[in-house]
Amino acid sequence: MEERRYHSVRLDKEKCKGCTNCLKRCPTEAIRVRGGRAHIIDERCIDCGECIRVCEFHAKYAQTDPLATINRFKYKIALPAPSLYGQFKHVASVGQILEGLLKMGFDDVFEVAAGADIVTRAIRERMRNMTPDQYPLISSACPAITRLIQVRFPELLPHIVDIRQPMEVAAMIAKREFCQARDVDESEVGCFFITPCAAKMTAVRNPIGHEKSAVDGAISMLEIYGLLAGLLKKHSADVNLSRATSFGVGWANNGGETLSVSPENSMAVDGIENVIRVLEEIENNKLRDLVFFEGAACIGGCVGGPLTFENGYIARNSIRTLMKSADVRHPDDAVKTSYLTKYALHTTQRITPNSAMKLDDDIAEAMRKMELMEQIEKSLPGYDCGSCGSPTCRTFAEDIVRGHADKMDCIHILKDQLKIMAQRMVELAKTTRE
Amino acid sequence: MQQHAMMDVFNITALDYASAGDASATIKRKLKQLGIDSTVLRRIAVASYEAELNLIIHSMGGTLTLSITTTEIKLVSRDVGPGIPDIERALQEGYSTANAEARNMGFGAGMGLPNMRRNADDFTIESEMGKGTQIQMRFAI
Repeated sequence: MEERRYHSVRLDKEKCKGCTNCLKRCPTEAIRVRGGRAHIIDERCIDCGECIRVCEFHAKYAQTDPLATINRFKYKIALPAPSLYGQFKHVASVGQILEGLLKMGFDDVFEVAAGADIVTRAIRERMRNMTPDQYPLISSACPAITRLIQVRFPELLPHIVDIRQPMEVAAMIAKREFCQARDVDESEVGCFFITPCAAKMTAVRNPIGHEKSAVDGAISMLEIYGLLAGLLKKHSADVNLSRATSFGVGWANNGGETLSVSPENSMAVDGIENVIRVLEEIENNKLRDLVFFEGAACIGGCVGGPLTFENGYIARNSIRTLMKSADVRHPDDAVKTSYLTKYALHTTQRITPNSAMKLDDDIAEAMRKMELMEQIEKSLPGYDCGSCGSPTCRTFAEDIVRGHADKMDCIHILKDQLKIMAQRMVELAKTTRE
Repeated sequence: MQQHAMMDVFNITALDYASAGDASATIKRKLKQLGIDSTVLRRIAVASYEAELNLIIHSMGGTLTLSITTTEIKLVSRDVGPGIPDIERALQEGYSTANAEARNMGFGAGMGLPNMRRNADDFTIESEMGKGTQIQMRFAI
């Protein structure tokens, strides 16, 4: 048995009403309602957070590290996601927000946007040695999309960028530079990502493409929002902690990475259902000239993350405004070459397919199960109502074949069955009376 | 030895752009559930999509048949006409007879048949004017 996978997305059983909202929205069909409560199938969940967004009872939530965990370390470094900058109105510069983080109790800040600048340069270097058959390069910035590809588009895995995420790069550099400057040991320093989503939290605990994360914890934007907003007011204009370019800051919005990496023959798509549709096209080889593909699970990109406070569209505009106050040079010119040579920016492990959709390891057995499944599916009403607790009639048939559901869980079949039984009872009553 | 086999027949209607890609999407989903290796799957995905689109754009309607055994996957495209006048030319990359409507929709790059031939382990095509075209593709798994 494989060890239980870590997931940030969790269910609060007390709050769950057993409705079908999350069931119908899950892009990997990872939710079932059984016994009046939702259940998440660990092997299939990609931590995209769609269920968090749609649950009106707030029964789905993202587990993140509480702010107090930073006290595990003597020295604490904040790694703000660029989307954090979009959470506040009336902020004149990125530096103001970074200063607020120091006031919150962090010893240093290192912008993930600056990590994005370095990743931008690394990806552009990488693209120089690519042959057209390796196109399109698929962004790895959204971990939910990488996991989606593992589950639903395994044949596209070789196209995923083999450079670590900006948050990882930021953590590596932040830690090393801090230790060198202050002459302290790395074990005394903790790097904390301020996250807009559950997917990044999972990526910290359970990285894709490399073994251990350089990030020590992920703190929800929602948790620190109030505190940080209060600290922004007292701003001293003479300190400027911001080092990211406007391109790096722009990664908060969907399309920002594309603009930095490869504005020509590229595509940025947001919203997981839209991403799925375009990945289907890539899979069919329909987008032959596409060089770079950026997909974000959330509408608008990271600014639309489930753990953000501000409306994603408002945040998007705030980011655009703040981009103007940042260094306008392209990362190619702004990023020192030494960052590309001194740090291990590339991933070290091949990203492997997630076979959670597979019916059986043995193909003959899988075929038998599929035939049985299709036979069952034909006898189902095809309403995809979700009353049985599976998202569609097809998945219900699959669940029966896998032994996780019973045909009588379908209320329509049950109703028909009851009608027949009632009829028989009447007939039986008649015969016994005579 | 008698092998376990499955067969599906998809009916494809001429000029039915609204359903374009449905059959190949179903084929892909099935193969993923059966655990077919992802590199083989990609080749079948491309070939089945091209075959389906060819039936919609060029034929007068037909069928796409998927047969699966434990050792190979077979795709057969059959249509009821009009037939291909010059197969050698149709197999050339970049040669297309797609009309303006199809080209406006992004089709007609002249890669349909070449892509099918390139991705299949085994590819045969027979066509008779006025009767129809039959394409057989085999993929070892």
